[in-house]
Amino acid sequence: MKFDTPATNNPIDQLKVIGHPTDRIDGPLKTTGTAPYAYERHDVVAHQAYGYVVGAAIAKGRIAGMDLSKAKAEPGVLAVVTADNAGKLKKADRNTAKLLGGPEIEHYHQAIALVVAETFEEARAAAMLIAVDYVPAGGAFDLAAAKGSAKKSEPSFGGPADTAAGDFAGAFAAAPVKLDETYSTPDQAHAMMEPHASIAAWDGDRLTVWTSNQMIDWGRDDMAKTLGIAKDKVHLISPYVGGGFGGKLWVRADALLAALGARAAKRPVKVALPRPLIFNNTTHRPATIQRIRIGASPDGKITAIGHESWSGDLPDGGPETAVGQTRLLYAGANRMTAMRLATLDLPEGNAMRAPGEAPGMMALEIAVDEMAEKLKLDPIEFRILNDTAVDPEHPKRPFSQRHFAECLRIGAEHFGWRKRNASPGKTREGRFLIGTGVAAAFRNNLVLASGARVRLDNRGVVTVETDMTDIGTGSYTIIGQTAAEMMGVPLERVVVRLGDSAYPVSAGSGGQFGANSSTAGVYAACVKLRDAVARKLGFNSADAIFADGTVHSGNRSVPLAEAAGERGLEAEDKIEFGDLDKKYQQSTFGAHFVEVGVDVATAEIRVRRMLAVCAAGRILNPKSARSQVIGAMTMGVGAALMEELVVDKRRGFFVNHDLAGYEVPVHADIPHQEVIFLDETDPMSSPMKAKGVGELGICGVGAAVANAIYNATGIRVRDYPITLDKLIDRMPAV
Amino acid sequence: MAKVSFNVNGESRALDLDTRTTLLDALREHLLLTGSKKGCDHGQCGACTVMVNGRRINSCLTLAVMHEGDAITTIEGLGMPGHLHPLQQAFIKHDGYQCGYCTPGQIVSAVAVLDEIKAGIPSHVSADLNAIPQVAEAELRERMSGNICRCGAYSNIVDAITEVAGSKG
Amino acid sequence: MKPFTYERAQSPAEAAAAAARIAGAKFIAGGTNLLDLMKLEIETPAHLIDVNGLKLDTIEATAEGGLRIGALARNTDLAADPRVRRNYGLLSRALLAGASGQLRNKATTAGNLLQRTRCPYFYDTNQPCNKRQPGSGCAAIGGFSRQHAVLGVSENCIATQPSDMAVAMMALDATVETVRADGATRKIPIADFYRAPADTPETETVLAPGELILAVTLPKPVGGKHIYHKVRDRASYAFALVSVGAIVQRDGSGRAALGGVAHKPWRIAAAEAEMPRGAKAVAERLLAGATPTHENAFKLPLVERTLAAVLSDARA
Repeated sequence: MKFDTPATNNPIDQLKVIGHPTDRIDGPLKTTGTAPYAYERHDVVAHQAYGYVVGAAIAKGRIAGMDLSKAKAEPGVLAVVTADNAGKLKKADRNTAKLLGGPEIEHYHQAIALVVAETFEEARAAAMLIAVDYVPAGGAFDLAAAKGSAKKSEPSFGGPADTAAGDFAGAFAAAPVKLDETYSTPDQAHAMMEPHASIAAWDGDRLTVWTSNQMIDWGRDDMAKTLGIAKDKVHLISPYVGGGFGGKLWVRADALLAALGARAAKRPVKVALPRPLIFNNTTHRPATIQRIRIGASPDGKITAIGHESWSGDLPDGGPETAVGQTRLLYAGANRMTAMRLATLDLPEGNAMRAPGEAPGMMALEIAVDEMAEKLKLDPIEFRILNDTAVDPEHPKRPFSQRHFAECLRIGAEHFGWRKRNASPGKTREGRFLIGTGVAAAFRNNLVLASGARVRLDNRGVVTVETDMTDIGTGSYTIIGQTAAEMMGVPLERVVVRLGDSAYPVSAGSGGQFGANSSTAGVYAACVKLRDAVARKLGFNSADAIFADGTVHSGNRSVPLAEAAGERGLEAEDKIEFGDLDKKYQQSTFGAHFVEVGVDVATAEIRVRRMLAVCAAGRILNPKSARSQVIGAMTMGVGAALMEELVVDKRRGFFVNHDLAGYEVPVHADIPHQEVIFLDETDPMSSPMKAKGVGELGICGVGAAVANAIYNATGIRVRDYPITLDKLIDRMPAV
Repeated sequence: MAKVSFNVNGESRALDLDTRTTLLDALREHLLLTGSKKGCDHGQCGACTVMVNGRRINSCLTLAVMHEGDAITTIEGLGMPGHLHPLQQAFIKHDGYQCGYCTPGQIVSAVAVLDEIKAGIPSHVSADLNAIPQVAEAELRERMSGNICRCGAYSNIVDAITEVAGSKG
Repeated sequence: MKPFTYERAQSPAEAAAAAARIAGAKFIAGGTNLLDLMKLEIETPAHLIDVNGLKLDTIEATAEGGLRIGALARNTDLAADPRVRRNYGLLSRALLAGASGQLRNKATTAGNLLQRTRCPYFYDTNQPCNKRQPGSGCAAIGGFSRQHAVLGVSENCIATQPSDMAVAMMALDATVETVRADGATRKIPIADFYRAPADTPETETVLAPGELILAVTLPKPVGGKHIYHKVRDRASYAFALVSVGAIVQRDGSGRAALGGVAHKPWRIAAAEAEMPRGAKAVAERLLAGATPTHENAFKLPLVERTLAAVLSDARA
């Protein structure tokens, strides 16, 4: 199905199942521990051996020699895989560094060997006995130091390296009120709870991998390319993914080494990346340095806005596209953005939840708060004053929907913004200085082609199959709801099967495009199945009504089970998107409100209240969508207050590479969170009229926290995370 | 190798294990009870939480051979699809999870937390050490802090536990 | 993890004798720190002596009016003991500020005293660390040192001792009671228990090889207000940046020990003499001779400000 004209009325609009806060259909499995994750598939193949990964001990250089003899002599050891004996491997385009390093070492903890043994304990102990002779080389590890050498990056999904409209330099120079500040965000880790894990088994030249991956078809491509085998020989299975946040968009060392280990040991092999290895072995969100300049007239109209961002990555890597939102969020005739990329020899930078916008909004929305203060305007009013209904770079191109100002106003009302003291450092409760902050939320809506297969059986049960993944996003449930709505059956009569490359290729999970795109694909397949049912019954497809497990046309009614017949009916289709996303700028909007308390003595910062208001198209399931948003708000609190992969700039690695050192929020850090969804449908986005929320929810949270800290203390911190050591010297006397 | 016998979810199990085997790996790899999760293997996440003789512990930081004669309760022992424990039901109702990987640990921990409060064990946030602790949101948040949820379902998890604690009286 | 043999100890004396006799032997109790380190091969015992069956978990009143805490008393049980809550609130508070509920259920009193540093370079076997591998150097000096010590450091090591409980034990003048391989017992004042890193940061306490902790004894209660104030980025389940354990009497006199600043809980008699004069005076004495790095210099004002908060809470 080609989606190239705005959606009109369709069966989804009945909202009998869609739009309801339905419990997740995978809930009973997840809450009983019976949902099977990759490393746990004892059921799928016999005689699994255990692989343990060895990571490089240096950041950059070369392996002069490896002594495997001790490891091989250990009891239970079946094979040791290294680049030397693995055979010819290619590198997939989606990987920047090789998944199996050697002799060249590109980054710290790059995998250099896999030990396969009968048991986990044997494999782990033997892995420690591999002796490696390194020839270390110097590298660049400090973004601030490498900033001057940063170059224009290739155009990426985040846009070109440079954009401009009007005359930014002239308008900024002439602006009566202006801001020119520099902000920084650190490297961050996805730190999903399930480590990257895979079981690989060969059957002749056919490879099956039970893995934990967000993008099945990409994974299948990349596995095939890396191993140099045909794509149709690779079968990927990933029905449950214990969190990804972008870290599992790619094939990683666990999957490749499990496949290589299984080939070497001639047995199925399972591999999980040890937690202390994950932070340097896999990908991370790159650090940024961002310069923002805003010029405005005294009445608060932005006349010039410029945003530059510097980030680093390994050679052939990409930039953190932190300037994208600044092209679209606020009006202003004169504008520029620029991204520069430095070569760093740290581990590979790549997408993490809302790549680009998450760190970009952390900086931009502090800058906007600062600018409002300079203009003596309420930060909400300043934002509304500079709202725009069109793409500011291309004023003839409207937004498909833009309820940004409403999000701010509704949020202000609900949060009690009026009661706020705009003068910083003036509100105190006991030991705590109290402050509130606001920030915009903004994230573009991406759409990707997505396929599905739908089957109706002789019991009237509808089965949906698609390689879409559920990484905690609620895909199982919203896909089930979509099929139920389309086929006129209760949700209990729908079976959803996901995450298997034997199923039609879907959008996958990433970029908050999953929910809208994948359900639109299911919609397309269901339209076809409805046609097939109508055709079989001799009904006119256009006036057939699917409701209550029955298909009605005129005065005829036939139960679906009967219509399906003994052999059932099946249909497959995919949604493909035309150029509506070119004609209309499709974005999601919101507003974040945060109240913090800052301990007047210790400068410890604790979040006390949080509210997000979101305008993101039709909300397919308000319960799971709300969870997406509160989860993103939680990750945003982490980014604001504690998350930082600390770079040892001498040794070239992330030092705090475990879950004790890399702190993410715990229960005690997070208060009750509120989410309000505006009642919006977006007919430009898909037949579902939905968009995504999973990344919108993190965009702006960090800045709202930072702005609240400023309101509480009068201390403006522009370098994340905002930890007490950055406040303590400027806190009032105790 | 060493022999060890213990009771898991009401069934006695005898194993002959490498002494290095953690309780978590004994459950997951030898008894095929994969409900207890391995998130970090270093006591830094709580996904492996089980109850031993009624007390919650990180099963990744204890050796299986150290549990001779112990009674172990895992998530599978609390309830299964079709006959869920009230906390499992409440987690579903309040959407107290997303990816599901930390969920078994959260639920086992929550069961133990309610027992700990009932037993009068104070916490870091108890205002008065000598008073009987109450089921309050701040208490639940502090006591549940050894269970990390990167999906960020904390607010919902606290709602789920609060509901079950309330209905227990 | 290196292979090891395993035995369940039958008596404290036998355990100590076995530990001295068998090369590479180590005791295991709660295991929450030891197994963590064994998985990374930072600890590589060849033989584990499981002391959990030794019935050393009782908490009992002493003839002197104090409390004798068995080495195996779990952190949860010690924190919840009504006598501890009533008379040694500082200890209860310090325990409850540490780790997580799961870890406190397993971790023991003796093990908590002996827990090793959380220095990230100590934890990474690819990096130099004099504590882990004597003579290899210290990567924390000149590296990531935000969490590290500002007092008592040497050019070989700037690691901190991470225990919260130990801070309370220091302020409470606890005594560590041990048995040695020859069956002899001794009592070590907590103030003498930890060794400065100096040239041998690998040796952290005065315990002899095979020496087993039997109990920790607290003298009779001293009254006063008991406050443990732990400062950290995350609200729970995190090690202290700094902590202050204090007992403050009505007349303003009292005791104060610091966590997160040194290889041991930091307590200075001369500083306590200044307590009636306020936080600044106390902090000046406590922090005399401090040698912070660029990254942990914030600990100095943080200690003073935390002390001020503690003294103000004590007055409240």
